Amino acid sequence: MGRTMSAADLRRLGTGFMFIAPWLVGFLALSLYPFLSSLYLSTCDYSVLAPAVWIGPENYTALSRDPIFWKAAGNTVLFAMVSVPLGLVLSFCLALLLNAEIPARGFFRTVFFLPSLMPLVCLAVLWLWLLNGDLGLVNACLRPGLQTLNDLFGWHLSPPNWLQDPRFALAGLVLTGIWGVGHPMVIFLAGLQEVPRHLYESADIDGASRWQKLRHITLPMLSPVIYFNGIMALIGCFQVFAVPYVMTEGGDGPERSLLFLATYLYQHAFEYWNMGYACAIGLFLFALILGLTLVASRISSRHVHYEGA
Amino acid sequence: MKNLLPRLFWIAAFSLLFSSCGGVPEIPPGRTVIRYWDKWSGWEAEAMRAVVDDFNRSQDRIWVEFSSTSHINRKLMLSIGGGVPPDVAGLFGNTLAVYAENNALTPLDRMAREAGIHGEDYVPIFWDICHHLGHLWALPSSPACLGLVWNKRIFRENGLDPERPPASIRELEQINDRLVRRDAQGRLQSIGHLPSEPGWWPAIWGWWFGGDLWDGKRITLNSPGNLAAMDWIATYPRRFQSRDLLSFRDGFGNFASPQNAFFTGRVAMVLQGPWIHTFIEKYAPPGFEWGVAAFPAADPATPAPITLVETDVLVIPAGARHPREAFAFIRYVNERAAMEKLCLGQRKFSPLRKVSSDFFQKHPNPHIRTFLDLAKSPLAKHVPPLTLWAMMESDMKQAFGKVWSGAAQPQAALEEVQQHLQAEYENHQRRWSRLADTLQRQWDAP
Repeated sequence: MGRTMSAADLRRLGTGFMFIAPWLVGFLALSLYPFLSSLYLSTCDYSVLAPAVWIGPENYTALSRDPIFWKAAGNTVLFAMVSVPLGLVLSFCLALLLNAEIPARGFFRTVFFLPSLMPLVCLAVLWLWLLNGDLGLVNACLRPGLQTLNDLFGWHLSPPNWLQDPRFALAGLVLTGIWGVGHPMVIFLAGLQEVPRHLYESADIDGASRWQKLRHITLPMLSPVIYFNGIMALIGCFQVFAVPYVMTEGGDGPERSLLFLATYLYQHAFEYWNMGYACAIGLFLFALILGLTLVASRISSRHVHYEGA
Repeated sequence: MKNLLPRLFWIAAFSLLFSSCGGVPEIPPGRTVIRYWDKWSGWEAEAMRAVVDDFNRSQDRIWVEFSSTSHINRKLMLSIGGGVPPDVAGLFGNTLAVYAENNALTPLDRMAREAGIHGEDYVPIFWDICHHLGHLWALPSSPACLGLVWNKRIFRENGLDPERPPASIRELEQINDRLVRRDAQGRLQSIGHLPSEPGWWPAIWGWWFGGDLWDGKRITLNSPGNLAAMDWIATYPRRFQSRDLLSFRDGFGNFASPQNAFFTGRVAMVLQGPWIHTFIEKYAPPGFEWGVAAFPAADPATPAPITLVETDVLVIPAGARHPREAFAFIRYVNERAAMEKLCLGQRKFSPLRKVSSDFFQKHPNPHIRTFLDLAKSPLAKHVPPLTLWAMMESDMKQAFGKVWSGAAQPQAALEEVQQHLQAEYENHQRRWSRLADTLQRQWDAP
């Protein structure tokens, strides 16, 4: 404590700074400056081209009274609430299956991972056709089943117009998102291979069932991976933009059912020339993701098990 | 063999480099180079490129570098903000208000006056579109307007006179009812007219019912004319079931494809502009018979055709390095010969009042004169010059969608967007008042 740094210490510090300089410059120029700039501009009337005029909290007051903003926020939260658990469960189940000793395991791993490499715009266009109410493959698969139910019970069920009907549009987007489970699946697979064999062997000796091994060994040992995948999926869901933007041709979907915070931010920034308002939306989104991440961190301290910790 | 692959790689790389270099014309020395961005691509860009080449050959002082630029609004906004705009940009006329009020354009009044360009040279509505807040911000490039385009074969096959389009909304709906076809399961197979096909102008249906979007002082989306139009829209889900309509609409192919509902005969009448000719030539079945007329108004006694008129425009962004040279090019494009070459190439009509005697003979679109006549109508309109036009379009699309799906009553849907947009308009007016005097003084300065 209180010791002055020697010349050698300073040299080492300088060398250290040199090594992190590329990151530091990038962080200052591409993250911190835009963040502080957005913070200031969110309190301005700013269209990019006309000079920014300071208006205090006016953008935030308007935001709090903007029903379209709340609709977008609601859609974003709902999408995340459905998509994140569904994606985690599916990718975890797939990883469990593909971790088992099955024939052509490598082939199946590749097959399930491949769709997640598809560019988002291609994915959106592909799913536009798959979810087409009249000609789409999804409805072609649903139709015979619904017809059987109709014949049996005298119902009048018919497959939905996924992206035209506000009740189903969000569900259609969630279905589209399932194609991206390849990424978390690979991370789960890596995690599964790290679980020590001897724990399963001990459980076998104790006569544990498969479910008990999954519940008391696999899940606790994978909890850091689940936590990581969950946080990444949450951030991805809150930033969802490209797929709904392409699917709705730059619009909001029926009754704004596919309007998300990122899309609304884009509309205000680049279509309505309200960059100040867009900055306020961006900061709200930032605060929301930060808050949820903090909550997740708090929960993780109780439920995430780190081996050796 | 060991070195063959690397050698082949280098040969291919150099061939590619030199072949690509060969396509770039060499700029003659001593010319002032002006950069020109426009949103056009494909045949429309080629038509403008031919005019640019003519201009570059016509004099030895200026050289125009033309770039076909996607997402031009966003790129232009950022380039102006960044202080590196092009010298000339091609925009949609309905975006002029937002650029002008953000001080993003160079006023052209003085340069136009000095060049002897006057309003009398143009079909009046195009001169009007180029003005905002008392200043001239642009000159037209290629214009368009909307009319009713109908499939004559379907009319004939259903016992209708193929040369007689509907004269009122009531007649349109009578024809519509005659042309509806369903399959054995009762699903819609074809229809006469569908306001959602292609659904590009959901905000303006009220015009044909005597409504307007803005009266110069306030937003008027809930005016009786607009309400009557929404009531008309609401008859569709009642008559055809909104679920059937959505399913029917879902079966249509892309606009630019042979599966376009108008080309396949699933919809017999559409609201379209002169560009439809190019798509018919490319995608419709051979021998496709079509006609063009004014889209009918609700009131058959309406004294003149009602239509939406639009034009692409050429502007000089604020901060352009060579505004004088840029204007010389814009002026050249607005000379009769160049404008006609451009409009023939883009299959549009000319915005100029005087047209060469052989323009219509040379024009590939057999109905181009009808479109021009529609644009000259005293009841031809352009979209309101409001900075919140994009928001209005988006809101009206939502209102249309809610009524179309039966989720809202016309009055409720319109009241909702009226309140939202009126509040936004008042916000904008308040913000504009902070800048208006300064900017007006700047624009008025000699």
